[in-house]
Amino acid sequence: MRSDRDGLSVIVQVVARWTLVLIVVYGFGVAFYGHLTPGGGFAGGVVVACGFVLATLAFGGRAGPAAAFHRRVAGLEAAGALTYLGMAAIGWTVGHFMQAWTPRGAVFTLASAPFLVVLNLAILLKVGAGLFAGFMVLVLFDRATGPSRDGEGGA
Amino acid sequence: MDVILIGLAAFLLLGSVAALEMKNLLSAVIAVGVVGMGLSILFLLLGAPDIAITQVVVEVIVVTVMIRATTRTADEESGRPRSLATVVAGVGAVLVLVGVAVAAFAALPRFGAPRPTPSDFYLAEAQRSTGAANVVTSIVLDFRGYDTLGEATVILVSIAGALVIARHVAGDGKAGAGGAGAPSGQEAPRA
Repeated sequence: MRSDRDGLSVIVQVVARWTLVLIVVYGFGVAFYGHLTPGGGFAGGVVVACGFVLATLAFGGRAGPAAAFHRRVAGLEAAGALTYLGMAAIGWTVGHFMQAWTPRGAVFTLASAPFLVVLNLAILLKVGAGLFAGFMVLVLFDRATGPSRDGEGGA
Repeated sequence: MDVILIGLAAFLLLGSVAALEMKNLLSAVIAVGVVGMGLSILFLLLGAPDIAITQVVVEVIVVTVMIRATTRTADEESGRPRSLATVVAGVGAVLVLVGVAVAAFAALPRFGAPRPTPSDFYLAEAQRSTGAANVVTSIVLDFRGYDTLGEATVILVSIAGALVIARHVAGDGKAGAGGAGAPSGQEAPRA
């Protein structure tokens, strides 16, 4: 398959690089404002993962932004999970596990619920990295067991 | 409104049956995508934009991944004979699930009619006690934060499980190497 070795054409790669920026910004926007508007960490994370899947399809997984993301996927996933757990555990210092311990600003602003913003971003990291890792596992699995074993090394 | 919802639900059923009956895997995946998109419209009409957004983006990524997976290994795995033990275990699991579901649904209040009391509390208290204008987020991340923690754990465990199976099936562990963060270009192409 052509896209496995070289990626798609230069036109597609340039467009994918630019749209990737927009997609990732949009994903973060969905997560950041999840406590004010529909959306949230999960939806934002899936949007980010979609962006990197697009980059993988355009660049073929060996190069480009998706490969850099792929190298950090385990760390990002762990960071998301530990942030969520850490935020929840800090609640113990003021009361109980999962207590919203951050100060709150005026309603209908970004600062109205910082606890939820941080949790949303943690979920974005977890879901974005996790779903992309799942995608890469399927691709690598397909490659390792597929009919055309020859000529294909890593991702 | 009800007519639209029922029509959409019928459309979803048709799409599901089509996805099951298609011989071509790619067509089946497209039918699944149609079902998912219809489902997100259904959620939107029912007044659940959070779920609708999540449904749309999940559907997009699932269809992308499935197309990527099926166009390579087209109709290869389908139709393998199953062992008797597998069938018995599957039927048993379905029976247990149906039993539990019947018991659980009997205990639930009727659909939509009398709201269970926690909902009233959440609606009344969400903004004051969490500061979130989006009540859904205040429930998902604050009142029911444990649930979200569990949901995140489910994703982690499922991907770890997929990785383990992929490594096992691939034999030499090469297939799993990327998931742990060592992909592209670090091993020479075995051409």
